[in-house]
Amino acid sequence: MPVKLRVEHVRKSFGSKVVLDDVTLDVGAHQVVCLIGASGSGKSTLLRCINLLEPIDDGSIWLDGVDIAEPGHDADPVRRRVGMVFQSYNLFPHMSVLRNITLAPTKVLKRPAAEAERSAIELLERFGLDDKASAYPDQLSGGQQQRVAIVRALAMQPEIMLLDEVTAALDPVLVGEVLNVIRDMRKLGMTMVLATHEMGFAREIADRVCFLHQGRVVEQGVPEQMFSEPERPETRDFLARVIASGRL
Amino acid sequence: MNRVSEGADADASVPSRSDSHPDQLRPTQGQRPGRSRRATYDLRQRRRSTLVAAVSTVLVVSAIAMIVPLTPGWDRVRASFFDWDTFVDSLPQLWDPFLLNLRIFAICAPCIIVVGMLVAVARNVRSPALFPLRLFATIYTDVVRGVPVILWILLIGFGVPGLFDERAWYTKSVVWGGFALVMCYSAYVAEVFRAGIEGIHESQRAASRSLGLSSSQTMRTVVLPQAVRRVVPPLMNDMVSLQKDVALVSVLGTVEALRRAQILVSQSFNFTPYVAAAVLFLCVSIPLTRLTDHLMARQRRRTSGTAVA
Repeated sequence: MPVKLRVEHVRKSFGSKVVLDDVTLDVGAHQVVCLIGASGSGKSTLLRCINLLEPIDDGSIWLDGVDIAEPGHDADPVRRRVGMVFQSYNLFPHMSVLRNITLAPTKVLKRPAAEAERSAIELLERFGLDDKASAYPDQLSGGQQQRVAIVRALAMQPEIMLLDEVTAALDPVLVGEVLNVIRDMRKLGMTMVLATHEMGFAREIADRVCFLHQGRVVEQGVPEQMFSEPERPETRDFLARVIASGRL
Repeated sequence: MNRVSEGADADASVPSRSDSHPDQLRPTQGQRPGRSRRATYDLRQRRRSTLVAAVSTVLVVSAIAMIVPLTPGWDRVRASFFDWDTFVDSLPQLWDPFLLNLRIFAICAPCIIVVGMLVAVARNVRSPALFPLRLFATIYTDVVRGVPVILWILLIGFGVPGLFDERAWYTKSVVWGGFALVMCYSAYVAEVFRAGIEGIHESQRAASRSLGLSSSQTMRTVVLPQAVRRVVPPLMNDMVSLQKDVALVSVLGTVEALRRAQILVSQSFNFTPYVAAAVLFLCVSIPLTRLTDHLMARQRRRTSGTAVA
């Protein structure tokens, strides 16, 4: 399987606090990689670095063999190819759902408005949101907002999707509808990197699970091995605590 | 066990509540013949507070109306400030000059909004190449806001026309008075816009950039539209002040309403024209103030109603 994304010896600190400490990670094409770990372990920062929202201090990030984190590399063309969905949805509240989705295709890819709208409607239909096209974000439930945010990212036809704890802000009964969308994306062969606290879901959907602890990749592997017989004490400790809190 | 009967009792007021916004929770009266216990209580409370407010207003106003005429100089003051004949006489004479005030306002206000927004955006540019722009915008707002408006009007209104030898439209004091107003108010308005821009959460910027929009596209399509919506009420406040401060150009000799009133006062030795001018200003500023309050209240309701990132 060809490597789509390679994160190599990435370091990142905020002031004196080291957030990513020599992180190395491969994501194959059409692969789903789940990042697990406690809050503050660096999962979100890693995703933000891959999308170049945060500059890294050292290391490289290869997308199709090109180092996108190279100083001076233009970030905008990279972001067109890498979709990102945030924990807090971040829909634009002053725009309708449809406009939220067509904004980037029309402004960035310069696609004609009618064409962008057509494909936006198609995407909304596929995820059961076509009746929400003219609604505004504050008229939607959290789950609907997050699904719209995913559709908005998909409308740019990204080669890879970064999902940053996309269900963490949701009511438990709404989590399922968002997870279904991610399952659908997996079926469509989307390459994805997910930071998640939903261990059961990570186990189900991931090709590879990657455990971060204090900014380091402590252990990674296929889900069965990671969840049933983790090798490192940090991983075992983390999973024990997750089980104790009833989330696995 | 008890829950069942309680539920049935509360049912009377529940249907109107369940699907409405928190701020509309107050039961609507007259919807059903038998008002619920809570609605009746609520209505009684509201009637009571209206009554209290009305009585206390009447008391205070009549106290003032009774006490002020008891002061030793009241007859003197009334004759020189509230002389009905002088009032009726001066009002039409003030009307045309007051139209000049409104014209100056109508020309300055849009200029101020445009310049203010440009300055605010300039203060927010992050590109190092445009650093001089950012620096200039910062110095501009600091220097302009550090000097009283009336002093700027004197400096510019008398200073700039001195640069020219001939007399033309661009040497008129009203033009430079207006220019000084635009200059000062743009700095204040720029700060209002800047607060609005900075009030937009960083996550909105992140979402926009992650979709591939450039930083200027993000500013134009995501940040500014939201910021402008948020600052409309404070902006209106500044516009109300501007409408009054237009009178400051009178120091340059421009015959607008205040200047005209001054002339009338010096002719009649009676201060009533000032009161007449004040009435004219109030005719414009009170509706504007009410509108601002209305917009602010609406915005408060909106932002407290639903929490949107």
